[in-house]
Amino acid sequence: MNLWFVLAVNSITLGGLLFLLSAGFSLIFGLMKIPNLTHGSFFMLGAYLATSLLARGLGFWTAAVVSGLLVAALGGLIERLILRRLPGAELAQVLVTLGLSFMIADVCLKVWTGDPIRIDTPDGLRGASSMLGLRFPTYRLAISLIAMVFAAVLWALLDRTRLGAMIRAGVDDPEMARVAGIHVSRLFTIVFCLGAWLAGFAGVIGGPILSVYPGLDQEMLPLALVVVILGGSGSLLGSLVGSFVVGFLYNFGQAMFPELAYVVLFLPMLLVLVVRPQGLFGRQAM
Amino acid sequence: MKTFALAIAVVILAVLPLWVGGTYYINVASQILLYAIFALGVNVLVGYAGLVTLGHAGLFGIAAYTAARMLSRDHGHVAAIAGALALTLLAAVIFAALSLRGTGLGFVMITVALGQIVWGIAYRWISITNGDNGISIAGRPSPLGVSLASPAAFYWATLTLFLLAVASMVIFVASPFGTSVRGTRDQPRRMNALGYHVWLTRFLAFLFSAFWSGVAGLLFLYYNQFVSPQMVALTASAEVLLMVISGGTGTLLGPIVGAALVVIMKNVASAYIERWNFVLGAIFVAIVIFMPEGLVPGTARLARWLRTAQRPAAPTPVAAPAPGSERGR
Repeated sequence: MNLWFVLAVNSITLGGLLFLLSAGFSLIFGLMKIPNLTHGSFFMLGAYLATSLLARGLGFWTAAVVSGLLVAALGGLIERLILRRLPGAELAQVLVTLGLSFMIADVCLKVWTGDPIRIDTPDGLRGASSMLGLRFPTYRLAISLIAMVFAAVLWALLDRTRLGAMIRAGVDDPEMARVAGIHVSRLFTIVFCLGAWLAGFAGVIGGPILSVYPGLDQEMLPLALVVVILGGSGSLLGSLVGSFVVGFLYNFGQAMFPELAYVVLFLPMLLVLVVRPQGLFGRQAM
Repeated sequence: MKTFALAIAVVILAVLPLWVGGTYYINVASQILLYAIFALGVNVLVGYAGLVTLGHAGLFGIAAYTAARMLSRDHGHVAAIAGALALTLLAAVIFAALSLRGTGLGFVMITVALGQIVWGIAYRWISITNGDNGISIAGRPSPLGVSLASPAAFYWATLTLFLLAVASMVIFVASPFGTSVRGTRDQPRRMNALGYHVWLTRFLAFLFSAFWSGVAGLLFLYYNQFVSPQMVALTASAEVLLMVISGGTGTLLGPIVGAALVVIMKNVASAYIERWNFVLGAIFVAIVIFMPEGLVPGTARLARWLRTAQRPAAPTPVAAPAPGSERGR
């Protein structure tokens, strides 16, 4: 396998993970106008919870779903108990979510210690498999497929269901949506829980590749931010495109300019800000 | 009366090394003052311009790293300080040009991303910044032949700069420029209609804020004689924001009280618990929920309320709107 091919596969995998992470972030930001700075913590917390569930003997996929649900429950509590009280108060929302992310990070450090924890690749997906005459690492292929499936499901949810229509209405014009009889505040909770679940789930299935360690949250959060700034808030297609752009830049940047990989990542974001501040697929400026 | 109280406060601060007892406390006082300078700078944006920044640790760090790098290459202190401030302002021009593309939340997110870029450089660009190991410098400068090596001497130098920063803030707040900055916070559209250049006003406020952040960064470098990526992490930006907000945004005294509070808590807390971050996070959450307008206005409101409570006939004070609730443009 040549280097470029490996890099491309890794980029697509990272892009898939980032999509799961940022789709929720983008919807929360687009619908609720809340910059959810705990989103990286949801990712990390999901992964940590899964390590404990796996140690109790749960299967990988069960652990991934259950960790996601636990994270979603926490997200729901945060939304109901705290963010609900701060409508429109951006500064307060930034502070609360940031404060919560510090607290979550510290609790994780206390419970799971500072050592990185590896999550084993699930049985049956280890090794490599051949396709079209090329050999792919099976698990990375699986992640890409899962991300694609979720992209399709989320698109169908948003574009084809009544709930999706209500969410889109809420993103475009919350006041009118309210007037039209849509229970926007219930939508908020649903979207927040869904976003948290996706982030937690992504943390678990990313575990075998990234492993879990303190600081993972603050590493993932800026990536989600970049994706959303690139793609435009509240746009699923924007998240998808943005995620793969960031996935490719990160992996290729790391191979070509190892010291500047992190900076290379932000360059397209800067470009988009200058040329098109609402993001590639966003409708309104941030 | 106010002038008198101010004079007393300055005298007390000036003779602090003589009565505070012990280098440890003098050093804590220096830390408070240097963070107060930083918080005052950040308050120009957060408080007066209504633009919440989470990337100012980047500017703080650029100043410190530039100076550290130049000093380790045997440039003099004067050249290092001038170079550091020049590069900080240049970075601020870029930061402002990019982040002012957004207002409100967009601004916050872009500053987070910009701050993380600086962190990425500090952490990963090892040939320039020495990565996680940071850069140590040989010693403190001796302006006008006075060595700043001793804690007391360094304290007095920091105090001088702190008083300059406060003076510049007093002038700023009273100046037409300060008024127009507040105008762009409260009524950006009306300011625009009145013929003010809203973007330019915010841009200049950003540079003013960056200048004092850079000065604070230099003091941080000389205080620790060491820089590491930790000083440019998101936590550092969050800490200074906590100082501004816990004290009360858009007030002169707020950031100073906030800086004192956070530095003292950090020093006290670290003596008892190993995890400052949890406390920091919990304070954020508590402040937002219980005292959304900050300690200084919050206490003032409490005092007003207590006074009026004794005279039942007086009208009940109307609570001030929470800071940051104004939407830009």
